Amino acid sequence: MNFTLKIWRQHNADSKGGFETYKVEDIPPEASFLEMLDILNEGIVRKGGDPVAFEHDCREGICGCCGLYINGHPHGGFKGTTTCQLCMRKFKNGETIVVEPWRAKPFPVIKDLMVDRSALDKIIQAGGYVSCHTGGVPDANAVLVSKHDADLAMDAASCIGCGACVAACKNASAMLFVGAKISQLELLPQGRIETEERVKKMVAKMDELGFGNCSDTRACQAVCPKKIKVTNIARMNRNYLWAKLKGKH
Amino acid sequence: MAVSGAAMVFFLLFHALMNLVSIFSESGYEAICEFLGANWYAVVGTIGIAALMSIHLVFAFILSWQNYKSRGSDRYAVVAKNEGVTWASRNMLVIGLIVIIGLALHLYNFWYKMQWSELCGNEPASGIQLIKETFGNTFFSCCYIVWLFFIYLHLSHGISSLMQSIGWNNEVWEKRITAIAKVLSALITLMLVSVVFYYWIIY
Ligand code: HEM
Ligand code: FES
Repeated sequence: MNFTLKIWRQHNADSKGGFETYKVEDIPPEASFLEMLDILNEGIVRKGGDPVAFEHDCREGICGCCGLYINGHPHGGFKGTTTCQLCMRKFKNGETIVVEPWRAKPFPVIKDLMVDRSALDKIIQAGGYVSCHTGGVPDANAVLVSKHDADLAMDAASCIGCGACVAACKNASAMLFVGAKISQLELLPQGRIETEERVKKMVAKMDELGFGNCSDTRACQAVCPKKIKVTNIARMNRNYLWAKLKGKH
Repeated sequence: MAVSGAAMVFFLLFHALMNLVSIFSESGYEAICEFLGANWYAVVGTIGIAALMSIHLVFAFILSWQNYKSRGSDRYAVVAKNEGVTWASRNMLVIGLIVIIGLALHLYNFWYKMQWSELCGNEPASGIQLIKETFGNTFFSCCYIVWLFFIYLHLSHGISSLMQSIGWNNEVWEKRITAIAKVLSALITLMLVSVVFYYWIIY
């Protein structure tokens, strides 16, 4: 398959970027989007050029590294798919594909398509953990958890922190990410204990870092490769309001 | 946003119900107009709603500005439509500003000639008479219908969004809340539109 690629090139966070056009030919339809970029880069390197920088690690949809904004959609806009899981056969032969980095004030460009997503780590560091002693492995029936809650917690925990929610949101809001990280702990007995402190600290950090506010357009839910639901944002809002109303312990 | 929005939704619901009365009983409607004249409770209510509106407007600008800034200096070259994202949800500020323009017209047509005139010590205009005059005019009726359509758009997103903001959404109720929001916003709008149509076409 042949494609025309319009790729955002930017030397570093401070320099001005712009689009460059490349042609790639004879791409196997079963190649993933990242493999297609590998082929492009091989060609660029062979000619002595500077390869396109993009982030990747697992290449199987579990690490969350590979976010690219493809044709106006994070991860290309196919349901439940990360960029690394996206096959080139999903595109039309001869199509022009526009590739941009995630764009958000808290995600400065490192180089080309690679952005610094450590802002998400900082939100986790602010409170996305359990600090009590949970002891050894408890007896299976010692702490009862309903199937409903266990399922919801697992769903929330499937967030890979790729940042597609921020990239898709017209407000660059990270509330789907933060909502999922709060929910996965809040839904289970060990995590629930610290919910109030946690939600206050994580939301404060999120605001401080410059992420926008949720206005419920639900673009995040549409593009999330792990299909995290916006009900996690409602859960966070509920916990946050409650924590604020109660004030300090 | 959510609290001021929710309070205005309740106000609008009562407003729509009161307007409906005019179709069924002219004297009933006149009684309501008299009740909500220049009495202290009606004036306090009016000031309250004006305050809600102002709070809503100020927060709308603060929120929109913060959200605009969060994208950073480079903006996307291509933005595609995502599944399940409504046009209304992306354009709440613009829709709201259109609602304000319509509101100015509406306040001039009714409130200025009724409560304001009474507060100034003049005889207030008759409510039912004003309705007949205003909606008898095709131009005004069309303006009102366009205005009410934008109110519908604002509410169709606003009502479910406010449930989300105050944290009343969950996995079980998600679809039901969206449906309730759509029905409620359609109901409020239809009640208001029906009065316009009644006096424009049927009456
Ligand atoms: C004065 C003109 C108005 C402007 C400029 C305006 C603007 C806005 C904006 C920018 C939002 C936030 C949208 C978002 O979250 O995406 C909003 C939300 C909302 N508005 Fe308005 N609005 C106006 C009038 C009204 C009126 C008259 C009502 C009700 C009768 C109303 C009800 C709501 C509701 C219920 C919300 C949702 C709140 C939430 O999501 O938490 N608005 N409005
Ligand atoms: S590279 Fe790990 S999710 Fe794509």
